[in-house]
Amino acid sequence: MSELTIDSLSKAYGQVQALRDMSFEVRAGEIFGFVGSNGAGKSTTMRIVLGVLAADAGEVRWNGTPLDLHVRRRIGYMPEERGLYPRMRVGEQLVYLARLHGMSKSAAVEAMEHWTRVLGIEARRGDEVLKLSLGNQQRVQLAAALVHSPDILVLDEPFSGLDPVAVDVMSQVLRDQAAAGVPVMFSSHQLELVERLCDRVGIVRSGSMVAIGGIDELRSTPERRWVVEGPTPDGWLARVPAARLVSSEPVAGTGTVYRSVVEVTDAGLAEVDQELLGAAVAAGPVREFARVRPSLVELYRHVVASDDSSATTDRTPAEVTA
Amino acid sequence: MSTPTSTRPAPAATGELSTGAAIRLVAGREISTRVRTKAFLWTTALFVAAVVLGGLLLDLVGGNDDATKVGFTPEASAAATAFEATATGMGVTVETTDVADAAAGEQALRDGDVALVVTSVDPTFDVQVETAVGETMQPVLTAFAQQLALASAVTDLGGDPADVSEQIASAAPQVVALEPEPERDGGQIVGGFIAGILLFISLMTAGQLVAQGVVEEKSSRVVELLLASVRPAQLMAGKVLGIGVVGLLQVVLVVGAGAGTATALGLLDSSSLDLGSTAVWALIWFVVGFAMYALVLGALGALVSRQEDVGSVIGPVMTLMIVPYVLGISVLPWDPTNELATWLSFVPFCSPMLMPIRIALGAAETWEVLLALGLSLALIPVLVWLAGRIYSGAVLHSGGRMKVREALRRG
Repeated sequence: MSELTIDSLSKAYGQVQALRDMSFEVRAGEIFGFVGSNGAGKSTTMRIVLGVLAADAGEVRWNGTPLDLHVRRRIGYMPEERGLYPRMRVGEQLVYLARLHGMSKSAAVEAMEHWTRVLGIEARRGDEVLKLSLGNQQRVQLAAALVHSPDILVLDEPFSGLDPVAVDVMSQVLRDQAAAGVPVMFSSHQLELVERLCDRVGIVRSGSMVAIGGIDELRSTPERRWVVEGPTPDGWLARVPAARLVSSEPVAGTGTVYRSVVEVTDAGLAEVDQELLGAAVAAGPVREFARVRPSLVELYRHVVASDDSSATTDRTPAEVTA
Repeated sequence: MSTPTSTRPAPAATGELSTGAAIRLVAGREISTRVRTKAFLWTTALFVAAVVLGGLLLDLVGGNDDATKVGFTPEASAAATAFEATATGMGVTVETTDVADAAAGEQALRDGDVALVVTSVDPTFDVQVETAVGETMQPVLTAFAQQLALASAVTDLGGDPADVSEQIASAAPQVVALEPEPERDGGQIVGGFIAGILLFISLMTAGQLVAQGVVEEKSSRVVELLLASVRPAQLMAGKVLGIGVVGLLQVVLVVGAGAGTATALGLLDSSSLDLGSTAVWALIWFVVGFAMYALVLGALGALVSRQEDVGSVIGPVMTLMIVPYVLGISVLPWDPTNELATWLSFVPFCSPMLMPIRIALGAAETWEVLLALGLSLALIPVLVWLAGRIYSGAVLHSGGRMKVREALRRG
C-alpha cells in the first residue's frame, strides 16, 4: 500500500522553531486534512515535502524510500502563495507545467484539455492568466496541480477564495482523486469542510502534531453525554443513578419542553443509555435523544487554545490509530 | 463548472525528465514567449531600420564617389583607356562606354545614361554635356586636354608620347612627414561605432531581461511551482539560454541587415574594413559577453522579490558596463591604439564591448583577440558556480533584499 510518510521533521527560521518533530503519514486513497492556526507549520511541512525547502532534521518517504526529484515530479502541488506566469496563456502554461513534470507534448495537451474542461475554464485557454478572475485563476492553479496526473496531491489551502460552486467541484475532484488511489493532503481553515471531506485529520500546533486520527475517533470523548429534548429532568433523572445533569433549559415557546444534557458517570455501563431513554419516555414525550459529540471546531478550539504556553514544551502528540 | 466525470486522462507522466530536456523546455518557453512580445518585435524592427537607413544615408552623403559615366564615339574611343587612367590618377572614378555616333551620344546624354560624351580627341578635344561639366570632371578634362596637347607636341618633336606619359605618371615627390597623421578609414570607424553601440545595447537589454525574468518568477511566486519539478540550476540555465538565443537572433538580424546594406550599396568598396570577420566576431563576443553578464545579473536579480527593486540591485553592474562602452566609442575610433582601451580590451566584462571595436578598426591582432576570448571563457565556469549558488540560495527567499553572502551561505 502506497504511503507518504512525514518522519520527525524539524525546521527553524533563525530563532523561530517552525517545526519540531512533525510526524504523520498519508495513505493511498485517503483524504488527509491538515488544520492548525496560522504559523503552526502546515505550509512549512508541505514545502519540505515538495523539496522547495530543506528540513533541518527528519525525512519524507514515499513507500519507504526518501523522496527524490523523480518522485517529487509525481506530486501535484498547490502552493500557499499562488503562482502562475501572469502573462502566459492558460493553455500554454498548463502544457508547459505538465511537460516539466515529464509528460510528452501530446499527452500534456490532452491533459490540459481534460482538466480545463472538468474545471470549467475551457473557454479561457487562450487568455493570459492575469485576465482571469481570482476564482478562475484558482481553478487554473488547481489544474496546474492535477495536469500531470500526480501520484500524490499536496494542496495548501485549496479552498480559500472559492465560491460555493467551486468548493463543490474542488471537493468532488479531491474525492475522485482519492478514489483513484491518490493520497490527498490538504490544509484548510474551513473546518466544517474538512470534517465533511476528510478521512483523517491532523491538528498541528507550534510545529508539532497534537491530534491525529479519523474524524469519528477524534470526536469520541471518554465521557458519554446525551442530549434529551422532552420532559423536565427533575421528574425522571433521579431514577438513573449512574447519570448526572450537565445543563438543562426550557425550549423557547413550548413551556414544558426542556433541552437537557446528561452525562453517564459510569462509562463502563452500556445499559445506562437505555435506562436514561426509558426514564425520560416514561415521564413524557421525548422529541430528541442524541449522543453529544464535539464538532471538529470545538475539538480544534480545545486542542489549539487549551495550552498556548506549551509552545516551548515538548508534547507527545495524542496519537489515535485509525 | 461541470461535474468531474473522469479523474485521470489517459497516459500519466512518467516523472522522467533529463537535465537537458528540462533546460530545453525552460529555454523553449523563454524563446516562444519573448519573440512574440511587442518589445522584442519593435526593438528589432527599429534596430534593423536604423542600420539600413544609416547605410542609405551614408550612401547619399558619399554618393559623389560614384563613377561618372563617360561615352566615347568611335572616333575618340582609342583615348578611352588613357582618359580613365588620367581620371583615376586624380582620384576621380569614371566608367567609359562606347556610343555608336554623335547622335547616339546626344541621346545618351539626354537620357542621363552618361554624364559627358567625348566625340573627338584629334585634332581637337571635343566634349558634349547636357548642361555643364560637373565640378569633379572639370579638372580631369583640363588635365586630359593638356596631356593631349603634350602628346601632340612630343610627337611633333619625334618622341614617343606613350613613353613620356608613363614617365610623367610615375613622377611623384618623396614626402617625409615629421609627425605623420594616422590614416583614417571611414568604413572602419563606422564599423567600430556600430559594433560598439550594438554590443552595448544588446548586452544591456538581454542582461536586464534575465534579471527581470528571474524576478518575474519570484514576484509571481510561480518559481515555487517550478522548483517542485526542476532544479534551480536547470531553471536558471534554461532562462539564460533562452534569452541568449533571443538576443543572439536580434543581433544576427541587425548585423545581417548592416552587412547586407553595406555590401549592396558598395559602401565599403574603398574601405579596408574586414566586414566578414567584424560581423562574426561581433556575434561571438555577444555570446561570450551575454553568458557573463546574464549569469551575474540573473544571480543579482534573485536577491530581490519585486520588479521595482531590480534596478537598484543590478544598477552597479549596469554602471560598470558603461565605462568600457564610453571609452570604446569615444576614444578608440580616433585613437585605435589607445593604451588604456587596449589593456581593458583583455579584461573580462570589458572585452565584449572593446574587442569588437578594435577588430572593426583593424587594430587587434588575432592572438590578442584569442587571448581576450580565452580569459573571458576561463572565467565563465567560475561565474556559473557562483551564480548558481547565489540563485539557489536566494530564489525562494521572499521579502526584502537578500545579501549576497547570505545567499551564498544558503545556496
